[in-house]
Order: sequence, then structure tokens, then C-alpha cells
Amino acid sequence: MEKPNMSYIQSMSGGDNAFEQKLITIIKAEFPEEKKVYYNNLEAKNYKLTAENVHKLKHKISILGLEKSYETAVAFENNLLEGSTTLQDEFESILTIMTNYLQQL
Amino acid sequence: MNCIIIDDEATARAIIGQLCSNVDSLAVLEEFPNAMQAIKYLNQNEIDLIFLDIHMPDFTGFDFIETLKNPPKIILTTSDPNFAIQAFEYDCIVDYLVKPITPERFKKAIQKAEATPSKSLEASQSTSEKVESTSGNDLYVNIDRRLIKIDIPSIYLVEAKGDYIHVKTEDKNYTVHSTLKKIADKLPDDLFLKVHRSYIINVDKIIDIEDNSVLIKKDVIPVSRSNRPELMKRLNLL
Repeated sequence: MEKPNMSYIQSMSGGDNAFEQKLITIIKAEFPEEKKVYYNNLEAKNYKLTAENVHKLKHKISILGLEKSYETAVAFENNLLEGSTTLQDEFESILTIMTNYLQQL
Repeated sequence: MNCIIIDDEATARAIIGQLCSNVDSLAVLEEFPNAMQAIKYLNQNEIDLIFLDIHMPDFTGFDFIETLKNPPKIILTTSDPNFAIQAFEYDCIVDYLVKPITPERFKKAIQKAEATPSKSLEASQSTSEKVESTSGNDLYVNIDRRLIKIDIPSIYLVEAKGDYIHVKTEDKNYTVHSTLKKIADKLPDDLFLKVHRSYIINVDKIIDIEDNSVLIKKDVIPVSRSNRPELMKRLNLL
């Protein structure tokens, strides 16, 4: 499975370390909240709202350079909009990988 | 250009703010996590450019644009490339950025915004409105990047379905990525009436009315209680 990386964040910062740290801090604060809302909506079987949560999480997946995972998230979002949870396990594996990566930063 | 950023995601606001800070001609005056706060701000402040997210809870970016009488230039920022066609319907939208936004693509968007003078933007808006209003009985709809002409009197029903509307005519039906409000603004009031939050009918095409519904062609359309008095006013009752 692909690993998260800092390529996009570094391309954004242009060597501005203060901005990199600021962005990481924001992501570290926002990501757990978005995950929590995602799991709550999924548990409530509100798939439309869950799809919106996946839509938001997609941005962070792409920020961490997870290109293939992004495609999985797009497909999972579409599945949810059709009332299906196919790809849930794959998507949640991505969330776990991101969580572990962010903890190391 | 004075600009504001509207996005419910703090990460996105930080990234757009950073991209703006690298452009000398841009000054970010405010950031907003939702459209409602931005509307209040815009009532009291003039700005040149808005970076606007489409997917926001309660009030989407498109809903927000609909509230603005004289919208400034807008650059849409979204993770969803599927709204590009809808974006073309708004003259105020100068570009459409798909997240994650790269610095190179961002610069291009700013160049586009700078190359679009506000006054000519207003002029182009009024021209386009004139063309549509003086084109008489025709309405042009954007379907799969083609502008298709529809004869307005031949429309007998418009139905809202999510992000789309179904336009039914004597000869053909069309599915258009638009809203009921938008098409209502383009249809003549003397011929068309909104009878329900999801339906606009051509009053001339009514076959019969029964309780809280009307029959048009083979479609039975609900009439909401609040719209029924206006419908009754339109009828030449014996």
C-alpha cells in the first residue's frame, strides 16, 4: 500500500518551514474531527452525509500524496451516494495509515 | 485585488491563504468557514475576488452566488470536477480549481482573474441577459457542453430532481444541470407558474385540476397549498 508523503506540502511551502508546521498542525487538529463525524454518520447509516464526509477527507488524502487512495475514496464516495458501503474497509485502512503518519509528524 | 476565502475546511483556507501570500497583487481581507458569515461581510465591504468552495454544509457555493446581486469575480475551489459545466452558467466565475491546488494552476487562475476587468464582466452579464430576454420564444440550455434551443411555449412541465431539472416539451424531454429558480427567472410569468417546490407548469397546457393536483399531458402534478390560490387566479373560471 502506498505511503503518505510531504511532497505536496513542501511544494506549497516553497521552503517556508513555518507554513509547513502551521499546515500540519491544522491537519492534525481537523483530521480526527472529520474522521469522528465520518464514523458517526456511517454508524447511523446516513450514507449521504457519510459521502460528504468522505468528500472532505479526500482533500487531506491528496494533500498527503496518496494518489491511489484518492481514487479509492472517490469510488467509495460514489458507492455511498448509491447507498452501498463497498470499499469501506479499504477506505478505513487509508484513514488508519494517515492517522499513523500524522502521529509521527 | 482584495479577496476573501470561503471554505468550511481550515486546511483548505490555510493552503489558499498561503498561495495568495505569494502573489503581490492579492490581499486576503478575511476568511470564512461558511457562506452565511461571508454574506454579512459582503453587505458592508466591497471586494474584488472570492475563493469559494462548492461543497459546504447547509449552503453550497452555488447557493451563495445566487444570493449576490452584483457578485465580484469568483474562483471556485473544489475537490469535485463534476460541477465545471454548472460553473460555466455564471459570468462571475472566472476559474475553477480542483483540489489539491498546485501553485502553478493557482497562478493561472489569478492571471485569468486579473485579465477579466470588473466592468466588462458586468457588461457581459447584461449582454447575456439581454440576449436571453430578447430571444423571444427560445431558451438555450447547456447539455453535454452543447447549447440546445428549446421553444418556450412548447414546454409544459419543469421538474426539479436533485441538482438537475427535467424540462418536458411537446416533442422531447431534456435533463439539465440547473435549478428550478434559475429556469423560473427565464420563463414568462404569464405562461408559467410554480405550483410546488419541485414543479413549474405551463398554465395553458393544463387538462384538468382535481383537489391538490393538476393533469398536464399524462403527468399528474401536485399543487402545494400555498401555490393553489395563485393557480386559481390564473384560471378563467365559469
